[in-house]
Amino acid sequence: MEISRSAPTQAKAVVPPESGPPNLRQTPVEPPAPQNKGKVRLGDRLFSGASRGSGILLLVIMAAIAAFLTYRAVGAIADDHGNFLTTKEWNANATPPVFGIAVLATGTVISAVIAMVIAVPIAVGVALFISHYAPRKLAQPLAYLVDLLAAVPSIVYGLWGALFLVPHLQGTTQWLDSFFAWTYVFDASQPEVTPRSLFTVGILLAIMILPIVTNVSREVFLQVPRMHEEAALALGATRWEVIRISVLPFGRSGVISASMLGLGRALGETMAVATVLSPSAILSLHILDPGGGTIAQNIASGFGEASPFGRDALIASGLVLFVITLVVNGAARLIIARRKEYSGANA
Amino acid sequence: MSAVTDKTPQGGIHPSAPSLKHARLPKWAPAATAVGAIAVAVGIGMGAELSSKIQWGLIAVLLFVGTLHVLSSKVEGTRQAKDRLATSLLWVCFILAVIPLFSLIEYTIAKGLKVLDAAFLSHSMNGVITTETGGGIYHSLIGTLEQVGIATAMAAPIGLLTAIYLVEYGRGKLAKTVTFFVDVMTGVPSIVAGLFILSFWIIYLDFNFSGFAGAMALAILMMPVVVRSTEEMLKLVPNELREASLALGVPKWLTILRVVLPTAIGGIVTGVMLAIARITGETAPVLLLVYGSTAINNNPFDGPQDSLPLYVFQQWKNGNEPSYDRAWAAALVLIALVMAFNLLARGIARWKAPSGGRG
Amino acid sequence: MAKRIDVSGLSAYYGSAKAIEDISMTVEPRSVTAFIGPSGCGKSTFLRTLNRMHEVIPNAHVEGKVMLDDENLYASGVDPVAVRRTVGMVFQRPNPFPTMSIYDNVAAGLKLNGMRRKGDLDTLVEKSLKGANLWNEVKDRLNKPGAGLSGGQQQRLCIARAIAVEPQVLLMDEPCSALDPISTLAIEDLIGELKERFTIVIVTHNMQQAARVSDRTAFFNLAAVGQPGRLIEIDETERIFSNPSVQATEDYISGRFG
Repeated sequence: MEISRSAPTQAKAVVPPESGPPNLRQTPVEPPAPQNKGKVRLGDRLFSGASRGSGILLLVIMAAIAAFLTYRAVGAIADDHGNFLTTKEWNANATPPVFGIAVLATGTVISAVIAMVIAVPIAVGVALFISHYAPRKLAQPLAYLVDLLAAVPSIVYGLWGALFLVPHLQGTTQWLDSFFAWTYVFDASQPEVTPRSLFTVGILLAIMILPIVTNVSREVFLQVPRMHEEAALALGATRWEVIRISVLPFGRSGVISASMLGLGRALGETMAVATVLSPSAILSLHILDPGGGTIAQNIASGFGEASPFGRDALIASGLVLFVITLVVNGAARLIIARRKEYSGANA
Repeated sequence: MSAVTDKTPQGGIHPSAPSLKHARLPKWAPAATAVGAIAVAVGIGMGAELSSKIQWGLIAVLLFVGTLHVLSSKVEGTRQAKDRLATSLLWVCFILAVIPLFSLIEYTIAKGLKVLDAAFLSHSMNGVITTETGGGIYHSLIGTLEQVGIATAMAAPIGLLTAIYLVEYGRGKLAKTVTFFVDVMTGVPSIVAGLFILSFWIIYLDFNFSGFAGAMALAILMMPVVVRSTEEMLKLVPNELREASLALGVPKWLTILRVVLPTAIGGIVTGVMLAIARITGETAPVLLLVYGSTAINNNPFDGPQDSLPLYVFQQWKNGNEPSYDRAWAAALVLIALVMAFNLLARGIARWKAPSGGRG
Repeated sequence: MAKRIDVSGLSAYYGSAKAIEDISMTVEPRSVTAFIGPSGCGKSTFLRTLNRMHEVIPNAHVEGKVMLDDENLYASGVDPVAVRRTVGMVFQRPNPFPTMSIYDNVAAGLKLNGMRRKGDLDTLVEKSLKGANLWNEVKDRLNKPGAGLSGGQQQRLCIARAIAVEPQVLLMDEPCSALDPISTLAIEDLIGELKERFTIVIVTHNMQQAARVSDRTAFFNLAAVGQPGRLIEIDETERIFSNPSVQATEDYISGRFG
């Protein structure tokens, strides 16, 4: 490109612009290149500088997020009279302040795991349904539907979760308790209480991350080269066998990274958890029991009454959340990058 | 099921040659099984007095999948049965995914329309006692529009320029780093973005809560989305176009401005609109930074404001029927707003689709 | 291991557009039949109707009869999956399953048909790879990915995969068009050997190739752009290339059009 630039530039500068290729005729070729080369360079430098600067600004913002959160968090953790990692209760406004993320971090992970267990299989199913099973005329509208689902604000999910889902899950909670109490996790100590539990939160989160996992997986499934599917078909594979031997292996890493993106969302979701959960400082694996909490939920619920020091404590918990999501998303990106190399090798 | 008789003799010259015909379940079999399963499930549900409709549905699903699988493996053989099992499971997945959506939309519309009227849109909550009816979302609408507008004004240019950098200029380490951190930034939870502005703007620089503070957090959430979608669109612009322009002696920056951007503008605007739709519904950072207010505050740079998602949250927190009604109505308006942005984005995408793009 | 194909009155459609019209022909068992004709004349479409791969394309459908010995592939109740298991296919571009090893690629069809025993699989994989003249080149790296082979090797791997399930008929859709001359030669030799066991139908753009490998040749053409493709004539390859009965065939073969 560098070579082609210098020679034709001179040639074209003499020729009037209207003789250029037809698809470029609307493009006004304003600056006659030879005369004010310095000016052109300046424009180029300004423009590339601005765009480069924006890229750097993004990096600065990311660094600032980490720096400022750490800065506030360090002070808060230093004055914590409990152990920040193992203390269960969150009494940051008290004197002396005693707070820890044991319950919150566990709750965050538990609710996100429940969401993943429910959402990922269903999302993969829906993605396959849209990409390979649904009648062709239906596929596009269905994809739109999932897109719209992804656009519903989390606070609306939260409102629906608190006022509709919670009462409707009461029966299921009791049923799970009476038949599956032996599994320990489904053992509810008070099955009669409204199920504002981590289990309900998990289901709501599953509903919320379903669209994003579906969308990303569907994209990947649609990229499966036709010839690989035809190879399977020509061997006499049923539709499911085609999926199993050519679609799923091709899409596996895509599904994994889609799930990680969903996991990131579930970990950081705030409002839907804040509206549904009835928080407590009890660390328990009985997921049907109301109680527990998540980091994001604790920030949203506790912020209103937080003292200045309480705010710093909340920021410290936010830093933990930031690090967790950073790790999860970084892992997802690594998987995608590996996949790119892989598919590039046999393109 | 007369099809079972259809066993062509396996003789002939090649004993291994399979018949081309298989016994198949009739076409109506899945539908019939589904109807039967639902009927039985309703029967069981009523008989055992299971209160939750969710259980009824689960029983129906299990019955349907199980019965069809057994029938199919008896009549059609294992491979066909597996195929059918997969098909019915995928249908079940799909229905499972759609039910909450319809429930959510239906519930929100049904509840929301109760108090949604012109007065609701044109009044604030100033002086309204929360346990009584009345009041509206005017102040929240103003807040949302201003905050989202400011956030867009900040995030769109930066996002656009970053994408241009990555596609047109970026080489080497810096570009790779930026790409990676754009991805990471996409995953930053909204509450963390809120906490950052809180610690930087409000605690460190000691500014007051304001719409602008919220807008900054929203901008952080919006930037990576804009970068990603713009990048995709710029990559779709064929290289020939750039080279043709450069070969004419047009400098690079003008080529980008006059050739590349106009070609991709439809997709870029779509991406920005989708990003706007996403941040419009964000609650957490607004809760931390804008703080909420019941009165109209038209100035986003001074003092607490309100916003639609925050309004929904506050009304829900009030915990009484009139407040719940207001929450639903505001949620309905919020959904409508977000959907409008979405549809607008799709409209632009369709209208301005690059001819060479993926149709 | 080879069956006769009898096609009568076959038309194929993409949506409402007719791609080929009213084709009737007989394909003899244990022989190579080549389809030639200008681009867009429907020869690949026709080939894909012979194992019901045509209908995989959305909105595509077929009218007419394809008899495989005494069974009509398009009779109601016929399972397309069973048809494709009986009539194998090799595609224009080599398409080994990218995530599978060489061994697994060949074993894929066998596993689908319920063969699980390692010993049986080993035997058949070896037999198929030998049948595709690939065994000596890959026997030491059966567990390496199939996508790592050269283009010509990949195509022979695909042939091995297709013949592993012992089909009655082998359809080849321009199997050499993406290959270099030496690989092409290897495939052509292979076709000569395979016709001892299978009925082979090959679509080719290359008339020399048709002349080299086939016993019978069918010439397809379309009346005009937008018109459906038709079978002009089918005859012994020698006759077609020396003394065809239709003028259009001669024009095409002598390079006057197409």
